[in-house]
Amino acid sequence: MTMQDETIVSAVISILVENESGVLARVIGLFSGRGYNIESLTVAPVEQSRHQSRINIVTSGTPQVIEQIKAQVGRLVPVYRVANLTQVGPHVAREMALVKVVSSGEARTEALRIAEAFRARAVDTTATSFVFELTGATEKLDSFIDLMRPLGLAEVSRTGVAAIIRGPRTI
Amino acid sequence: MNATPNLNDLKPNTRDHGADIVLSGAEVLLRVLVEQGVDVIFGYPGGAVLPIYDALFKQNAVRHILVRHEQAAVHAAEAYARSTGKVGVVLVTSGPGATNAVTGLVDALMDSIPVVCFTGQVGVPLIGTDAFQEADTTGITRQATKHNYLVRKPADLARVAHEAFHIARSGRPGPVVVDLPKNISVGPAPYAPASRAPHPSYRPRTEPEREAVVRAVAAMKRARRPLFYTGGGIINAGPQACEALGRLVRKTGFPCTSTLMGLGAYPTTDRQFLGMLGMHGTYEANLATHGCDVLVALGARFDDRVTGRLDAFSPDSFKIHADIEPSQINKIVQVDVPIVGDAGRVIEMMLEEWDRQDGAPDPAALGQWWQQIDAWRGIRSLHFDQDMTPSAIIRPQHAVRRLYELAMETGRDTFVSTEVGQHQMWAAQHFQFDRPNRWLTSGGLGTMGYGLPAAVGAQVAHPDALVIDIAGEASTLMNIQELGTIAQYRLPVKLFILNNQYMGMVRQWQELLHGSRYSESYSAALPDFIRLAESFHAKGMRATCVGELDDVIRAMLAEPGAVVADICVAQDENCYPMIPSGAAHNQMLLGPEQEGEVKVSAEGRMLV
Repeated sequence: MTMQDETIVSAVISILVENESGVLARVIGLFSGRGYNIESLTVAPVEQSRHQSRINIVTSGTPQVIEQIKAQVGRLVPVYRVANLTQVGPHVAREMALVKVVSSGEARTEALRIAEAFRARAVDTTATSFVFELTGATEKLDSFIDLMRPLGLAEVSRTGVAAIIRGPRTI
Repeated sequence: MNATPNLNDLKPNTRDHGADIVLSGAEVLLRVLVEQGVDVIFGYPGGAVLPIYDALFKQNAVRHILVRHEQAAVHAAEAYARSTGKVGVVLVTSGPGATNAVTGLVDALMDSIPVVCFTGQVGVPLIGTDAFQEADTTGITRQATKHNYLVRKPADLARVAHEAFHIARSGRPGPVVVDLPKNISVGPAPYAPASRAPHPSYRPRTEPEREAVVRAVAAMKRARRPLFYTGGGIINAGPQACEALGRLVRKTGFPCTSTLMGLGAYPTTDRQFLGMLGMHGTYEANLATHGCDVLVALGARFDDRVTGRLDAFSPDSFKIHADIEPSQINKIVQVDVPIVGDAGRVIEMMLEEWDRQDGAPDPAALGQWWQQIDAWRGIRSLHFDQDMTPSAIIRPQHAVRRLYELAMETGRDTFVSTEVGQHQMWAAQHFQFDRPNRWLTSGGLGTMGYGLPAAVGAQVAHPDALVIDIAGEASTLMNIQELGTIAQYRLPVKLFILNNQYMGMVRQWQELLHGSRYSESYSAALPDFIRLAESFHAKGMRATCVGELDDVIRAMLAEPGAVVADICVAQDENCYPMIPSGAAHNQMLLGPEQEGEVKVSAEGRMLV
């Protein structure tokens, strides 16, 4: 009776896990084994005293698949909590990029000017290169990197998304 | 580097306070087994588990059954678990011991069977050095288990071993691996009793939400064409849950069908039971599933073998789905009332609500539904014609029927295991199960070679019962070495081989889908099963025609020891009824005369 929604949506899944050996492999093994997407992934300890780490995964799929991802991740023994932040409501999702630009002359000046407009910091400078540090939404990082492309973009290192619910609520 | 063992782990202050005797890790492990109520384990020794085998040698509380292959150890433990409701326990060595166990572990995972498998591992300082018989067991079994552990510190051993049992048996049961480095089992380790504190992150929900059950029962009361669709979750919930299911089915007057895994939860000989549903289910069960207006799924998971073509599965029904595992709900089929909880608790709550809520289903509508079901039943979809001329070829269905009837005449408690294929489906269709935990078959994974080691496990658990492996000649050769285990422990297992000299189900699909090109599906160079039996100290028997069948079955049942009965059956028999892959429940093939009528779609050909 119920029709399935076939539209593909993006979702930010936040997972609080026991910080034990192999826990990340369990989570990503589940994603690859069941054919779920991982667009970006971050993981770091968040509660040292309680041995907890937080994994943030940006994924995409039909609403049914996203619901399955949440349920399947919830099955894993070392998982405390799992939340689909996109479904929970307003949330902040940020990532950081280190962007290396190698250029000189006009292109170098232009790169610096655009970096200022994006509030990117030059964390390393040589006569022929910059390393910019930029934090923000994924789209902002994407457009900064696009603008740097003709200006001597040499290398990019990105963290993937860290996300948290807005307001007093927690996952 | 983790090559340096942390000496702090061995300091006395981390030990069980008050315990003056220093135990080795192996002894701690055995104490855990005893505290967990384990009386038998299935295993195979090797270098990395020698300390544990040494500790086993020095005690009598835990019996060890030596299998002939580690895969068989897991299947035997699975059958032990399924036939007793207890956790099955396995002990194997590192490297090949662990990798051989993997098939059994996945089998237990797919069928939700509680198993704890202890694997030896090279000592912690050697891990990662490609040491002799080293394998990344936790890495390999991560997706093959419900959970797994590598014990790196002696202080963790007792806690982890207890926790493994808790995780294996609670929630949706499943296999748990505990990888034990040799230095942990040799060295001193503190004992700790099982913790009563709840697990920090693992808290399966067993108690259903009352509100969901209220909504489910309200829909059941309005139903005009209701159907219970029951699965292995009810068997896992225990005999009380099965007994409660019987009360619910009788109280509501609804028809009941079951998955392969659920057979025996409700008596299969009862009038309200429609037979198994799905690919080789009965006509009435599948047509009722297709035509019902309220479908009550209890402890089942809408497996593709059950649903057939998804967009045509039970198209007009209001669907209620109770499962202990939230991930099973809305995984395959979107349902109207999801209920998360233990099947037994859900059924008890449904019974309460049925009494509490006013009204009852329209008796006229229910009467009409039963008339319709009886009309479908009249098709007799499991019917076959057996030529009773003594020299006639035995049809495999007839062999299973006679086995059932003659086994019942003995009045003995009977357990049936199977291998995988046509014989498995014929056993499911023609053997009857009026009690739970008597039917031991590999459902989800479909593991050929399951049945003989499963019979070992069931017979060890129930030494006085009649244990029969209904087998095919191809499947049973995959673990035939277990005749050695059967001989060593004098297990009176009856291996009943429906020998059609083909991998029958493969041959059937090749006939229906691949132009009868029987590519590699002929069982060439078969052994003489009588002499094979004799060489393993068992009795061998053979029936080649109908006239010999009953005598062979009777002789097999009367034999106090193990028997291999080679039942030579029709080679070209196909398993019917059948829903061809990619077809809907109302597009069943009832027999060979219909084979030309339903064309398997291009999509169907891609399905397994």
